[in-house]
Amino acid sequence: MKGHDAEIQWVDGKAKIIDLVGLHARPAVKLTKLAKSYKSEVEICSGENRNWVNAKSPNAVMKLRADYNSPLFVRASGSDAAQAVKAIIDLVDRNFNE
Amino acid sequence: MSESSALRVLQGLPASGGLAFGRCHMLNSDSSPRELGLPDDEMDIFEAARSESESELQRLIEQSDELGGEILEFQAMLLEDDSILGPVRSRISKGEPADAAWSAVLDGEISEYEEMESEYLAARAVDLKDLRERVLRSMAEPGSVQREIDCGAVIVADVLGPSAFLEIDWTRAGGLALGRDSATGHVAILARSRGVPMIVGVNGICDIAHGRAVLLDGDAGTLTVGSSRQLSKRHEQLADRLEKNRAATASFSFSPAKTKAGRRITVSINVGDPAALVSIDPKICDGIGLVRTEFLFARGELPSEDVQTRQYRRIVNWAQGRPVTIRTLDAGGDKPVPGLTVDGESNPFLGTRGLRLSLLNPDSFKTQLRAIARAAALGPVKAMLPMVTATSEFMLAREHLDDALADLEQDGARYARPELGIMVETPAAALTAGEWPTDFYSIGSNDLVQYVTACARDNPDLSNLSDPMHPAVLELIGRTIQAANRRGVEASLCGEMASMPSMVPVLLSLGLEAFSVDPSNVAQVKMAIAEFEDA
Repeated sequence: MKGHDAEIQWVDGKAKIIDLVGLHARPAVKLTKLAKSYKSEVEICSGENRNWVNAKSPNAVMKLRADYNSPLFVRASGSDAAQAVKAIIDLVDRNFNE
Repeated sequence: MSESSALRVLQGLPASGGLAFGRCHMLNSDSSPRELGLPDDEMDIFEAARSESESELQRLIEQSDELGGEILEFQAMLLEDDSILGPVRSRISKGEPADAAWSAVLDGEISEYEEMESEYLAARAVDLKDLRERVLRSMAEPGSVQREIDCGAVIVADVLGPSAFLEIDWTRAGGLALGRDSATGHVAILARSRGVPMIVGVNGICDIAHGRAVLLDGDAGTLTVGSSRQLSKRHEQLADRLEKNRAATASFSFSPAKTKAGRRITVSINVGDPAALVSIDPKICDGIGLVRTEFLFARGELPSEDVQTRQYRRIVNWAQGRPVTIRTLDAGGDKPVPGLTVDGESNPFLGTRGLRLSLLNPDSFKTQLRAIARAAALGPVKAMLPMVTATSEFMLAREHLDDALADLEQDGARYARPELGIMVETPAAALTAGEWPTDFYSIGSNDLVQYVTACARDNPDLSNLSDPMHPAVLELIGRTIQAANRRGVEASLCGEMASMPSMVPVLLSLGLEAFSVDPSNVAQVKMAIAEFEDA
């Protein structure tokens, strides 16, 4: 499951939730699906508490409770980490195509 | 509003507007227990139920429109989510029955969602319950139940998940009434998007006999049980009124309110839980004239500053630059809050309520003022003090606000000073209105009527005496407006009176220029204003 290095190399990124309800079910599904399309481990976290969760788990993403206007941090580790981070940031910036 | 004695009206909350008249169709969702097999067999049972549920969901997703499909997709993805599957599989391999293991893990997740402070997230618990039931059903008896529904039937259930909603043939069924669930749940979203009239939170709903005639009013939030002859007549009347309202809404909602002569009048809305704002377009109003913050305190514990700030910010963001008036906690009287209000008062309406209660609990009052000031950094926000009689109370409240702002400054927080105003609800406040150094006045006509006519709001025998058109009430409203004009600040009215089109002419002739009304009455009030001829 992990990358090849002993020490995990993360690629980081940051976006902002602009939907009024915050990160809710439909966007959470879109984010999870997108994350699953990459081989890398992808994690996200939100707001003040830096609790990284698996971006491929819709349950964990939902429970992040990412609010309107709150920053969303993304990190990935693996062969396609940079693409994964960029794709997820783009999705959030496009307001999940809502 | 007298009802014939043979009709029984059950009160719930509106979730999706419209009328439905038909037979009651009761849904039951019981799953029976099963015998325990070996861990390997149990694992097979679970995996089979999981994959059956997944393909059922996929089939439903294909049949549904975009919105329905995306809601079900969340459930389908949970069936592949390791954060759920992992614990279920580990329980089964330790010897638990498949259904018990599945229920235990899902129940844990469900209560986590239910405990979340955001009502939106708490409502997601319904999706997990829906999924729990689907998989359990599949374990008990593979293949789901086909339900035969009478044309026009009103579906009645204690709870109903989104997937069960989507399985119902809504070309036949006419409406939906639920004992629980919320107006912000996925089922309510689906019902609104499909124009299915729906109400939630109806007590005693399971006592209605299957097949009885019922009339559902999705705007009033009621379910009436009675003879089909009586109900049919009532249905006709309501349908007629609804049709007229709709026609009015279409033409008046989105234009600013003006009298016949073109004088501009402010029409704002009253709100409670911000979740209700999701379905309202801010363009229909000039702002929010009253945010009732009691919803934050309804859970029996005091909400933290962050929780309050988040909710107030949601409202300010929704308003997109329009002013938002947040009323500080108005507990007491007929609105007890456990742990805060005083129990056993002999006369709660004349007791420790509104600002009186806040001044007795300075810590929680300051927390609320800090949250309001933090939200004020995002847009124009006013803070309104309920139930005041003496100007000294206003001075004390202002000192608390000053303290709160000084603390925020010291903490380096983002904030802005909200305007501070009073709600005029007591004869004392109305008669001395000109002496208050308040930034604005908002007339709370419901309590003003109660205190001027000495008629308790909760006593139905006095309803004809507790008259908002009593000359004494109108006199006090007029004096308050004049005092505000002399001081050059705004006077608005946010009681039920403002929402009643028949009251609009008299309020306008008293000089009122700002109304704050129920969102559902905006169009009618604007229409009544447009018909008014300035003297």
